[in-house]
Formats: sequence, C-alpha cells, structure tokens
Amino acid sequence: MTLLEFARGPALQVSLTILLLGIAWRMLGALFLQLRQDFSRPRKRSAMQDGMRTMATRSVPPHAFEKKIWLVHILGYIWHICLFVSVLLFTPHILLFESILGFGWPGIPGSFVLVAAAIALAILLGLTLRRLVHPVHRLISNADDYISIILTMVALLSGILAYAHLGLAYETMLALHLLAAECLFIWFPFGKLIHTLMIWPARFEAGKEFGRRGVKA
Amino acid sequence: MLEKNTLGEYLYEHGVSRRAFMKYCAAITSLMALPPQMVGKVAAALEQARRPSVIWLSFQECTGCTESLARAHAPTLESLIFDAISLDYHHTLQAASGVGAETARLEAMSENAGGYILIVDGSIPLADDGYSTIAGISNRQMLLEAAENAGAVIAVGSCASFGGLPHAAPNPTGAVSVSDVLPDTTVVNISGCPPIPQAITGVLAHVLTFGGLPDLDDLHRPKAFYGQNIHDRCYRRPFYERGEFAETFDDEGARQGWCLYKLGCRGPLTHNACATLKWNNSTSFPIAAGHGCLGCSEPNFWDAGGFYNAVSIGRWGSREALLGALAGGAALGIGSALAARAKQKKAASEREESAS
Repeated sequence: MTLLEFARGPALQVSLTILLLGIAWRMLGALFLQLRQDFSRPRKRSAMQDGMRTMATRSVPPHAFEKKIWLVHILGYIWHICLFVSVLLFTPHILLFESILGFGWPGIPGSFVLVAAAIALAILLGLTLRRLVHPVHRLISNADDYISIILTMVALLSGILAYAHLGLAYETMLALHLLAAECLFIWFPFGKLIHTLMIWPARFEAGKEFGRRGVKA
Repeated sequence: MLEKNTLGEYLYEHGVSRRAFMKYCAAITSLMALPPQMVGKVAAALEQARRPSVIWLSFQECTGCTESLARAHAPTLESLIFDAISLDYHHTLQAASGVGAETARLEAMSENAGGYILIVDGSIPLADDGYSTIAGISNRQMLLEAAENAGAVIAVGSCASFGGLPHAAPNPTGAVSVSDVLPDTTVVNISGCPPIPQAITGVLAHVLTFGGLPDLDDLHRPKAFYGQNIHDRCYRRPFYERGEFAETFDDEGARQGWCLYKLGCRGPLTHNACATLKWNNSTSFPIAAGHGCLGCSEPNFWDAGGFYNAVSIGRWGSREALLGALAGGAALGIGSALAARAKQKKAASEREESAS
C-alpha cells in the first residue's frame, strides 16, 4: 500500500470516525454536565437576552483595549475567513463533503483559494511569531496551542504545494496534505480547535450566567 | 535467431528514407530528454546496431500490449523498428508453435546468452504454478530461466510492471509483477494498459544506442516517458484552475471541454506521456476523447476506488459507519456526563452527612 492509498483509505476512515465520535462525546458531554449550583437569588427572571448579547459583544474588541489589539483582532477575522474559504469553497474539498453529506455547494476558482490559503498561512505564521515573542502570550500558551497551530500550518502549506504542484511529487504532497488534515481531524475534538463548535454555546452560557448575577458583559 | 545485418540496413531495405530515419532519431532523442547534439550519435548508434535478439514472454495478459505496438493505426517507424529486431519468441506473432517454438526460444537464449533482451507482458501467478503454463512450463519457471542470461529485462504493460488486472483484489491467482519474481534484477517497467508504443520502442532504442538502461523513476519506469503527470500536461488544466468542471459526460461543460476532475479523472495522480505523445499517430488520448484518465500506468489502479469518483473523495467507508461513530460518541458523552452527575451527587450527600 502506497502512502497515498493509506491516506485516501484507512487513515481517512479512522480519522473521520474519531472526529465524529469525539465531537459527539465532547459536545453532548458538556451539554449534559451539571453546572455547579448557584444558590444566589437571580437578578433577572430570564437571562437569555444577556446570553445572546454576549455572543455579539465578545465578537468585537473590548473598548478599553481597542487601540492595543485592533490589528490582531482584524487579522484574526481575516485569518478565519481565509481558512473557511480554503476549506469550504475549494471544489475537491466540496466533493469530499458532498460524498459524505449527500449535498454540495458551488466552489470558487482554485487560484482564489490558493491566494486565501497563502494569506491564512502568512497570518498564522505572523501571529505565531508574535505569540512566541510576546511575554504574556507566551505565558498563556501551552502545548495544545502549538499542536493546533503546527497541524493547521502543515495542512495549509501541504495543500498549497500540492495544488501548485511544487516541492515533492504531486501524489506525495497530496498524501502529506491528507495526512495533515487527518491529524487535524483526530486532534480537533480533544484540543482547543473544538472552539469551532463550542464558541457560540460557551459565549451564550457565560453571558447568561453573568446576566443572572447582574454583571454586564 | 539473431541475424548479423544492422538495424540501419534493415530499415533502408524496407523503404525508410534517411530523412525519415533522422526524424525518428530526433524524436527519440527528444523523448528521452537528451540534448539535441545527441541526435547524430543516436542515429549512428541505431544505424550500426546489430539486430538484437528479443524474447517476448506473455503470461497472464490480454495481448493488448502487443496490439498497441504491432497493430498501430498505420505502419509507423516504431512498428518498423519493432519489426527490425530479431523477435525470436513471441506467442502471438511467431508462426511456429509447440516444440518448434520452444526450441527457438531455447536456441536464442543459448546463442545470445548475456545479450538478448527479455520483454515480458502479463503477470505471474504464484498461488499455483498450474494456473498459467506454456508448453507445460509454469510462468514463474520460464521467467526465471529466461531472465538468468538476459542482457536487459523489460516489463511491458501494467500487468508485468505491477500485477495489473490479475493482481486486483481478491487476486485469486496470486498474481505478481516481474520485479516481484526477480527482486535482484533491474527491471524496466513500461506501465500502461496498454503502454504507449513510443515508450516501448524508445526504451529499445535507448538500450541499442547506449547499451544500458535509461534513467528510471522510483517505480522503475523510464523518466523520459513517465517523469510528469498527465494533469500537468493536460490541455484541460486551465479549466481546472478556473474551477470549470464537467458535471456529467453530456452536459454543457463536457461539450465545452471543461475539466473532468469531478467525473473521476485520475490525471493528477498518473505519470505517463499520454497528454504529450497521445495515441494513434498522436491523434488523441482518453481525456481528449471526453473520458477521464483511469490512471492505468499506476500500481493498483483497479483497486484505487471507483473510476467515476473524484480523486479527492477517497475511500472514507460508509455513511452508516460514520453515523455509528456519532451515536457511539453521543452515548459516551451522555454516559460520562451522567456518571459525573452521580459522582457530584454522592460527594454532596457525603458532605451533608459529615456536616450533620
């Protein structure tokens, strides 16, 4: 069995199984977990609105830090948009999603995806360097962050090289790209990458809790 | 039997002009990625080359490889070169049969020991020697005997190169490639189902000109013909870049000649010269005819998933298995959350008890 056959066959099958099993485990585990009981009297009958508001307010930089972090904030948005474009709008990727989900959507020209992936890679590289240099960021970073960053970088870089037919032979580069993506699938549910799915319920829950206690957030 | 006249003499006797011969030499030099200055040397070497003795063994095969070379659309210089070699043994093409044919093979092997070219098409069954025999001799035994004193061993076609169709799962005959039977011999693999005729004669020309084997890739295929993948040389590549794909074989995209990636074309994974040399006197090749590349020059192409599934789909299993993984994960998540709740409850009641 060649490396590509392994990447397109058993590795894809196992990694997708772990991805789905892990996501269901983490999401439903968190949903059914009993939160610590709060015996204080609630300030409001319902804090749903606070939960909804926090989902939005946490999406913009806090006013007090706005001047200091606006660039990182914007870069974060651009990075995420470019990543979504690379993952969700590249025709070969869509064909994989379509084969699994049973439905697809239109893609965009590969050259645009290439540019988006290159921008995403450049921003990720820049922000990682900043993370390594900045004393506070370095302090709050752990292995989870670096594993997630490295896996994402390898997936992006190998994807760019495979598309452009650069570096190693195309099938080797494609196999490396698939294996990098499959490592991401396996890591996704168990590391910080799960924020992709947890971010909105977590923000809502935090906002609701703050609202119950009368904290404006 | 090896005749003592030269290749040049034979070709000129058969009406090949000097100009046509030089054009062929220029084409072969170019195909083998040699500098233009080598054309003269290639011509001189080919012209003076003794007609080499060639023993062609056919094992588990369909004769398509021989058809590709010998029954070209029109008589070509490639087929003339093929005719010009001293083909001492070939099931399909030789007039002799039975004892006469086998005697010719043994005589050729004996008289040209160390110098004959052994060409093999078809895979070799190892599950049982009786699955494929010639004159009562198993394919494996005949190959081992013939390879022992061969000057060069060339595997023609995907069956001889990688096992091909007979090797496809469940491989009932235990079919293997020539190099699996001859692990210590450098076998030149000219893969394809069938291979391009120019690739076969190009390798023969290289052996005759330089007395050695051409540069080979990691799968032992001549780099001159298998160095690049079809996607890189495909005339439909710009449509791939623009994201314009045919969705079916008869839609507007197909009529416009858009990329066949979505219809399962394996051009990106296939190394061959189809997109540049083409077939039938460079008339066309599968993608130009409107069908995606099947990847026939790559190992295990029969078992690499459906021919009409896009390369990127891979083989991820079944939807039921993935739903099972989701259900398993859900059960695990809910179960672990309930276990945590029970633990919390127990700890709380223990605290209450100790407080009271």
